[in-house]
Amino acid sequence: MADKSFFIDTTKCMACRGCQIACKQWNKNPGTKTLQRGNHQNPSDLSFFTYKLVRFSELEEGGKTKWYFFADQCRHCIEPPCKATAESLGSKAVSRDEATGAVIFNPKVKVKAADFQAIRESCPYDIPRWNEKVGGMAKCTMCFDRIKEGMLPACVKSCPTGTMNFGDRKDMLQKANKRFEEVKKVYKDALLANPDDVRTIYLLVDDPKKYHKFAAAENSIGITRKMALKRLFQPLSDLRQIIG
Amino acid sequence: MTNHYIDFRNADVILNMGGNVAENHPVSFKWIQAARDKGAVFIHVDPRFTRTSAKADIFVRLRSGTDIAFLGGMIKYILDNKLYDEFYVKNYTNASFVVNPKYSFDDGLFSGYDPTKRAYDASTWALEKDENGISKRDMTLQHELCVFQLLRKHFSRYTLQKVTEITGTPEEDLTKVYKAYGATGAPDKVGTELYAMGWCQHTVGVQNIRAMCIVQSLLGNMGIAGGGINALRGESNVQGSTDAGLLYNVWPAYLPTPQAHLTTLADYNKTTPTSKDPRSVNWWKNRPKYAASYLKSVFGNKAAKENDFGYSWLPKLDQGQDASWLYLFDEMYKGTFTGFFAWGMNPACSGAHAGKVRQAMTKLDWMVNVNLFDNETGSFWKGPGMNPKKIRTEVFQLPCAASMEKEGSISNSGRWMQWRYKATNPPGVARPDGDIIYELFNKVRALYEKGKGVFPEPILNLKWDYETNGHFGIHKVAKEINGYFLEDIPEHPADKKAYKKGTLVPSFVYLLDDGRTSCGSWIYSASYTEAGNMAARRKKTDPTGLGLYPEWAWAWPVNRRIIYNRASVDLDGNPRDPNRPLLKWDAAGKQWVGDVPDNAVPPMGTDGAYPFIMKPDGVASLFGPGLKDGPFPEHYEPLECPIEKNVMSNQRISPVIKIFEEGLDKFATCDPRYPFVCSTYRVTEHWQTGVLTRWLPWLIEAEPQMFCEMSLELARLKEISNGDKVIVETSRGKVWAVAIVTSRLKPFNIAGNIVHQIGIPWHYGWIHPKDGGESANLLTPTIGDPNTMIPESKAFMANVKKITQQPAKRTTRS
Repeated sequence: MADKSFFIDTTKCMACRGCQIACKQWNKNPGTKTLQRGNHQNPSDLSFFTYKLVRFSELEEGGKTKWYFFADQCRHCIEPPCKATAESLGSKAVSRDEATGAVIFNPKVKVKAADFQAIRESCPYDIPRWNEKVGGMAKCTMCFDRIKEGMLPACVKSCPTGTMNFGDRKDMLQKANKRFEEVKKVYKDALLANPDDVRTIYLLVDDPKKYHKFAAAENSIGITRKMALKRLFQPLSDLRQIIG
Repeated sequence: MTNHYIDFRNADVILNMGGNVAENHPVSFKWIQAARDKGAVFIHVDPRFTRTSAKADIFVRLRSGTDIAFLGGMIKYILDNKLYDEFYVKNYTNASFVVNPKYSFDDGLFSGYDPTKRAYDASTWALEKDENGISKRDMTLQHELCVFQLLRKHFSRYTLQKVTEITGTPEEDLTKVYKAYGATGAPDKVGTELYAMGWCQHTVGVQNIRAMCIVQSLLGNMGIAGGGINALRGESNVQGSTDAGLLYNVWPAYLPTPQAHLTTLADYNKTTPTSKDPRSVNWWKNRPKYAASYLKSVFGNKAAKENDFGYSWLPKLDQGQDASWLYLFDEMYKGTFTGFFAWGMNPACSGAHAGKVRQAMTKLDWMVNVNLFDNETGSFWKGPGMNPKKIRTEVFQLPCAASMEKEGSISNSGRWMQWRYKATNPPGVARPDGDIIYELFNKVRALYEKGKGVFPEPILNLKWDYETNGHFGIHKVAKEINGYFLEDIPEHPADKKAYKKGTLVPSFVYLLDDGRTSCGSWIYSASYTEAGNMAARRKKTDPTGLGLYPEWAWAWPVNRRIIYNRASVDLDGNPRDPNRPLLKWDAAGKQWVGDVPDNAVPPMGTDGAYPFIMKPDGVASLFGPGLKDGPFPEHYEPLECPIEKNVMSNQRISPVIKIFEEGLDKFATCDPRYPFVCSTYRVTEHWQTGVLTRWLPWLIEAEPQMFCEMSLELARLKEISNGDKVIVETSRGKVWAVAIVTSRLKPFNIAGNIVHQIGIPWHYGWIHPKDGGESANLLTPTIGDPNTMIPESKAFMANVKKITQQPAKRTTRS
């Protein structure tokens, strides 16, 4: 199986939330109890039971209303910091499928609250979620159980507009670049978010922050300062373990 | 729809006005996106910035209930700037037709108005005929009484300034839309209009759509690929249910329900539309064949020439009777009838003025509620404000199968009849609707056979032989709808060929008025023939490249994918738009190539048949004398409105709407207690009253509770913060909601006054979830369009206020 990627063209997303619902359905995740909070985005955030969430961001600029939709999910990083962090903490909760590149959490592997915190903080996109009762972590699986059977991920299958795309990485990169060239002519601020670092490539037409705080990573290598520090101190902590 | 969903991709300009296509028809957005990928301009005109507006190239606001003013301005713009398609207007519309000199329009009233009846005598709206009974025309369009000049005069009043005063849409926004859409008047440019309940649910609903028909006819956008007037249906099979004659006013396939004074079939047939113009195909002239074949289908062998094929056994309307929804529940409220089947619907939440509807149900002896889940209708007797001890209505709840738990067809908005297989068995004792009704009728008939029922003939003579292996046989019904030859026909008048008794008719062209054919619904004839079930076809061939997919499912009529398609060619049968050739006359082969032609006559030339074959005059009606509220659309305010005076005339509201004045019906116009314009609408995540979707945890998670959307300005005025609980109230009722304070709504400047608009969804009800909220229809008025009686749920007056926590009352001792 070839290296896989998503291409998410937000210019085509009209927030029908088919992806969000299909994700819950395929992964047998429950609907959580929510309330109307003065916003159509619901549930309010990703959770142990919500791997895919359409974020709604409303703004007004120069008297013009804008409503951006961001179908948030795991980026399946090329060099996943969550995996590195988990490994540095001695946890086997995170693995990566070498063939597809899918970054997979095993929710059955217990992760301590503090370790989860470190793993979450290592993620530039704020994806990992943890459940106290279960004691494990969960997120988008790239529908690994579907794609290994040659099927599309549930979110992609359900998308009516062509926002959600999935396939071999080189094809997705090509598609993303082609669409970016088209869109750029109309939206001068258009960009592809961290295309070299992630397997979930978003096409945006405005400052990523206007979509979602964690829509794009701040530095291009996809590793936060904290993460870099962690890496730096990793041998030392290992050493301490040995000594202890 | 005149066109179909895939056809959106062929448009240069897509106007979504009177609808919210991204939220309510999300799958169809695929084709809008496909058009945009090729450079199409997508325009959204709506009171509210929605998920659709977020994707629009041009978004423009208007006050709810002012679409005719907006479109009236567009008609004026098109005429003033000569953007219309002159060839099309002259040849394919009634622009050149001369109107009765007694026709007039003055201060909001057309000629023939009778204020005591609140009705028009439409005789002065007639088109002038010559001595041969053919409509008089002036092809120069200069005659002062020709439709074109009357149209110009009527809409000259809709100046940008007046339109802005009425709609609240700034002049530059109006011009932006008029210019972009008006550009499709060029023969090689095409625009399509997508609407839904945002146009229907007004007291001027039909005229909203008429106004756009005028725009489309002026621009030559009817009958062509990428054009048309396209109603986006809110229920997946509402097209099919309407075609099947579910409404009171039509038999299946739009044959009018007979009225009591038409006592014989001959009387009924005398009302068949006629035309003396040899150039008008006037397809409705075939109505007697369809009526006889329908009666044969209903009563089988019991229907004979001697007994008028059982015509007298079918119910008749009293002359002029309106038995539509609002009247039905008004009569129920008055106690006129005692039993009620609520089948696959939830009137306690879906009916306008739902408080009255719920009260009406207390007057019944019995009610049968057929649905997937219990709902606010079946359990109305234990709902809020009800005292079960005082309600005598006995309710029977019959669980039925969901769409994927049974086999059958569904007809989408584009008139495609698509066959669906059964995916799984229904749970428990739930059964398909067909099985329930089939068995129910057998029981009723057995009772009639045993006892002496009143007027037993229709019951005892009904042909009811659709059983297959002890169940309702859906294929037998589908074949009955298509129609059979009931006798051997050695030489059929249509093609001189022989047809065998008991075989399926190839199409409605073969139906006869002498009892030798049967057909349950003539427009569906050709859907299930000796060649098989056409609706089950799944071939993806696309010979025209226009996305007609003629071998995918089947479209009525006769698999025609775009109706009135002969309007796409010139007089010689050549496509007027070379980029989108829908139809072309092959002179050598003497046949049309492309879509199924409407219909198979040679090119029009200078003396051939006109393209609009369902209209008596054969052309599109810019002037439409057949409606109750006038031959041209005119702006009137909604029944409940925020301004004292209509900017256009002294007729504030439509002069012909029926006002329900007794009992619970109350209205408030320019009443300071209800100062805000309110609309009800849907969200993607729920369907109708939410009977299905409120029980789906993933959907209720996404849209969990009743909300009220309002502008920042209104929220400030009413001291409401985002997320506050508020009460929305009208003169009829109140509901709580969570405030969504948003820049997506804005106040309007209406003739110098600030008018605020709010909006609420109608998906909730008290049964489930417990904290979800109540039906928005507790607020809406009992008032409808004079032609259709579709209620005005898009524009009524309401108040909104924050719920303030009351300190607990201290019990005082004296």
